[in-house]
Amino acid sequence: MRTLRFLLRKEFRQIFRDKAIVAMIFFMPMVQLILMPLAADYEVRNINLSVVDHDKSPYSQKLISKIVASGYFRLTGYNASFKEAFGLIESDKADLILEIPHDFERNLIREDHEKLFVAVNAINGTKASLGGSYLGNIIADFNADIRMQLVTPPRFSQFPVIDVVASNWFNPVLNYKVFIVPGILAILVTMVGGFLSALNIVREKEIGTIEQINVTPIRKHIFIIGKLVPFWVLANIVFTIGLLVARFVYGIIPVGSLLTLYAFISVYLLAVLGFGLLVSTFCDTQQQAMFIMFFFMMLFILLGGLFTSIDSMPEWAKLITRVNPVRYMIEVMRMVILKGSSFADILPHVGVVALMAVILNGWAILNYKKTN
Amino acid sequence: MMEAVVVKNLVKTYGKEKTVAVDDVSFSVDKGELFGLIGPDGAGKTSIFRMLTTLLLPDSGSATVDGHDIVKDFRQIRSSVGYMPGKFSLYQDLTIEENLHFFATVFGTTIEENYHLIKDIYVQIEPFKNRRAGKLSGGMKQKLALCCALIHKPTTLFLDEPTTGVDPVSRKEFWEMLRRLKEENITILVSTPYMDEASLCDRIALVQGGKILSIDTPHGIVNSYPDALLAIKANEMYRLLKALKGYPGILNSYAFGEYAHATLRDAHTDTHALQVYLHEHGLTGVEVKEAEVTIEDSFIKLLH
Repeated sequence: MRTLRFLLRKEFRQIFRDKAIVAMIFFMPMVQLILMPLAADYEVRNINLSVVDHDKSPYSQKLISKIVASGYFRLTGYNASFKEAFGLIESDKADLILEIPHDFERNLIREDHEKLFVAVNAINGTKASLGGSYLGNIIADFNADIRMQLVTPPRFSQFPVIDVVASNWFNPVLNYKVFIVPGILAILVTMVGGFLSALNIVREKEIGTIEQINVTPIRKHIFIIGKLVPFWVLANIVFTIGLLVARFVYGIIPVGSLLTLYAFISVYLLAVLGFGLLVSTFCDTQQQAMFIMFFFMMLFILLGGLFTSIDSMPEWAKLITRVNPVRYMIEVMRMVILKGSSFADILPHVGVVALMAVILNGWAILNYKKTN
Repeated sequence: MMEAVVVKNLVKTYGKEKTVAVDDVSFSVDKGELFGLIGPDGAGKTSIFRMLTTLLLPDSGSATVDGHDIVKDFRQIRSSVGYMPGKFSLYQDLTIEENLHFFATVFGTTIEENYHLIKDIYVQIEPFKNRRAGKLSGGMKQKLALCCALIHKPTTLFLDEPTTGVDPVSRKEFWEMLRRLKEENITILVSTPYMDEASLCDRIALVQGGKILSIDTPHGIVNSYPDALLAIKANEMYRLLKALKGYPGILNSYAFGEYAHATLRDAHTDTHALQVYLHEHGLTGVEVKEAEVTIEDSFIKLLH
């Protein structure tokens, strides 16, 4: 135990002497958590719309102002002909064209129906499909408003109507940031812990200091624990900073208990650090360790359920996510922060991650050889 | 006298091709002896040291350090020997004092307890004790590494090429320090590619290609040199060497500083005839004298 204390003192000294690491630990979570959620937004806004209004009636005006008032669209053109409007799409000034035909208002009232023409620039697929469907919704809504005004509803509806009204739980206004910030925080903690630990033992190998350590009576498991603890503490600091950013920048206050969150992160970090240490026992240079960690980190993040839902992945990919610690972390973060899950709810997650921690660290200790 | 290190038929090969690094090596070192492994780069010196310090497992053969087997009793060996690898391997981002303190504590001791062992060396680097190890000069790094290897009062000290890349003055000081450590009854095994350092050891083993060519005191090795040796000087070294190769009475010749050394087939060869021969070959300023045999001459002899 005495040896461990001296090892820890040495590790902390070295970490805090490395300015780059200290800067990374404190600035990385802040900058990433502040920049990423603001930029990486799934909601499509500022869709450039060009309108070709052949009718120029109060109704067409009403429709246009309703569309613009939704906040999703920006009117960038008001053209006399479709051809003119198409020029805007070609020069990338418009994403959508809405063509309102002659006698739009008259036909709508008299004939009871009218057709509108919507042309979508589908080069940016997401923008096109979302823009198209937003516009469709607004037009349908507009249509319903007019029906309400014009038609006196009969006592019973002629057609049976099932009107679905959804209510969003846990994130009532579907605030994208509420959803993404805990996920990004999960990845940040994983990256800081994983990379720092992976590079550490390898660095000792590269510089040759491990040679000197290996001839000392330091036991293998003491050495590994001595490497584990400092990064565990650092990753917890990063996590705490991240939670503070989430609270004061995004107003995200965990619904569940902080204690539950920290209990999980404690176990989770052991698994992540164990993985990093395992990688470092296999590598001889920092370059090798870096590339191997990158490979796994990419897999972990893309198959972690942050950007794409795990439920919509193919079966084989779902199987892979089962051995992905990041997946459990992101799930638990969302469960506890958004849903207010208790420790009992996340117990299965804790179990899996604890098992990973035992296997990875045990493997790292076995694979760290003091003798070749 | 007790033996501190006993090596028996040690073999180590590397890789799939079974490149032999250490080939059936046996030797023993007495307690308190300063023993040198002398040989060029790649001779197998480092592999022998790494096996004796339990960093490398031998393929076959056995060895003991202080009576502890290098495979079975690796734990005892690790707490009782000091090892200074050829490459500087202390923490460059820690200061002199922090490094020393760290290595003292991992061996469960303190700097104060064994300060007498390192005092002579440490006072030389003490003015810089708050400087990071990475910022030290080569000679100071060596002194610090020696301090760290000594701080737990090892019974046996393994120094792998401690003077490689160190200036001549620091090298001389370093060997003086080793002499003083001998008085503390610490067994020292040192490897070096420098032949001039060999004469400073109690006994030396000449190593080449993983094999030990000869083990004796430096004096003994020089004395057992079988041939007569001449030192020859002329104005042009290259032509001199070429001419010597053609002289029937000469077994072997090679450049040795400003002279050429030549071993003679017959100790009573007439040096005058040689001088005449060299003049005939157009060499001027010819000087022929008997040379004092050095370790290097012995080594070259053994290689042929």
